[in-house]
Amino acid sequence: MTFKHLFFCLFLLFFFSCKETHLHLAKIEGKQISISDSISTDNDIEVFIKPYRTHIQKDLDSVLAYSADTYTKTDGDFNTAIGNFMADAVYNEANPIFKSRTGKNIDMVLLNHGGIRSIISKGNITTRTAFELMPFENSLLVVEMKGTQMDSLVAYLSKSKKAHPISKLKLIIDTDFNVIKATIDGKNIEDNNTYYVATNDYLYNGGDNMTFFKPNDGVHDLNYKVRNALIDNFKKVDTINPVKDDRFIQKNN
Amino acid sequence: MKRRDFLQKTSVATGALTLGGLGLQSFTTTSKTSKITILHTNDVHSHIDVFGPEDGRNANKGGVARRASLIESIRNENPNTLLLDAGDIFQGTPYFNYYGGELEFKLMSMLKYDASTIGNHDFDNGIDGLYAQLPHAKFDFICSNYDFSNTVMNMHVKPYRIFKKDNIKIGVFGLGIELDGLVDKNMYKETKYLDPIETAQEMTRILKDDETCDLIICLSHLGYDFRDNPNKISDLKLAAATKNIDLIIGGHTHTFLSKPTIVKNIEDKNMLVNQVGCYGINLGRIDFYFDSEKKITANGVAITV
Repeated sequence: MTFKHLFFCLFLLFFFSCKETHLHLAKIEGKQISISDSISTDNDIEVFIKPYRTHIQKDLDSVLAYSADTYTKTDGDFNTAIGNFMADAVYNEANPIFKSRTGKNIDMVLLNHGGIRSIISKGNITTRTAFELMPFENSLLVVEMKGTQMDSLVAYLSKSKKAHPISKLKLIIDTDFNVIKATIDGKNIEDNNTYYVATNDYLYNGGDNMTFFKPNDGVHDLNYKVRNALIDNFKKVDTINPVKDDRFIQKNN
Repeated sequence: MKRRDFLQKTSVATGALTLGGLGLQSFTTTSKTSKITILHTNDVHSHIDVFGPEDGRNANKGGVARRASLIESIRNENPNTLLLDAGDIFQGTPYFNYYGGELEFKLMSMLKYDASTIGNHDFDNGIDGLYAQLPHAKFDFICSNYDFSNTVMNMHVKPYRIFKKDNIKIGVFGLGIELDGLVDKNMYKETKYLDPIETAQEMTRILKDDETCDLIICLSHLGYDFRDNPNKISDLKLAAATKNIDLIIGGHTHTFLSKPTIVKNIEDKNMLVNQVGCYGINLGRIDFYFDSEKKITANGVAITV
């Protein structure tokens, strides 16, 4: 008896069995199995993952800068040190790119308070800090806006009662949350001027109810992730020590 | 069973037994019944490692290496097993940021996934980013309602596939969510979204009538249910509006169900909709038992969940 014969016999069995019986669906059983610590770990898979994990850990833990203090997004009503740092970092990293492509300067930066996803702790700043601060893949855009449209942006900020991170825009509101003064580069916003506003694609598309970006006179995708702008900025500076300043304040009537 | 067939079968079977002493037992069982096991995940979102002990919600849960050993033990118990994913493989941990989905696809290949559909987050590095990772995937991508013909993904995604396990024909098709408004157009480019219900009707016609499948599974990334948006298509709506689908494996809404949902289809027959939350912390398991006797009642088959 060779294996060939046996195989042939088995083949016949198989062949006849499927010719004879037509099977009908009779019963269905469904359940969910929790992947908990009672299930053993497949060692081959674990060994395969390990070099990837080690590389990422090493990279995430690489020190980029030093933070002079601990900064949180709750340490100010209308502007915060951490938000000012983020908006200024975006300006500093994005403006040279925008200028080299268009010959124009970015006039202001607007991010959102909810987009500050963690604190910056006193001590070493690592790549992991940037991932915690900005876990999303959002990228930077520069929107061309008329002065009239800028009024909607300023009105949104004045009524929002949140410290949305801004850079290069200065805003003073009264206790009724009306705008007293809004300036860019020390000058009032003029209706017919065009302003170049850097933001991220989430906000541009109406995130956080920021509906004032559309329609517009044009939009430039920088293909530059917010997180990468932060990482690039951390790499350039030795120590960060941002402060809460007068860029957005409320004054008594 | 005809007498002649019976004799023929018996003689051959006896022959096999005398010659090789091999599994007559198993033969007689498989000729009468068959069991197909469907294992499934959805919205794993690059969660490769076990959640840490400090995690507020999913402490010590999940992990691909554990999922691998669980799947292997189920396959050992029943080799007639299919392993499927309902999309959103990408995005959620630095593994995706650093490797762009390479590790996710390689691991799914090592776990011997049979197929996956495509979720909205699988476009997060653009359609080119998805295409770039295809060499690492040794499983099929199935999506019936995205027309990729004017994109790099053309010919790399199947509208449906038929798997044969233990002589049971299993037809699998896939449905993706509307991308407009959810994913940046620059990401999905010329991918065209087709109506999920019309597509499902077309697919079930092909799989049931033309291909005579015994079992039809829809891999869906439409979402389980949208209570605050009653006009939006969902798995529950799709299930009720179609026929001949035995199981919808869902995703997108990260829905944790205490058990699979039994839904009446348009013919008033019971079928199943399931989804297992997200991040690989659960594995769905649906066993389909086939019998030579027809036991289906007016309501369809008996379902135990």
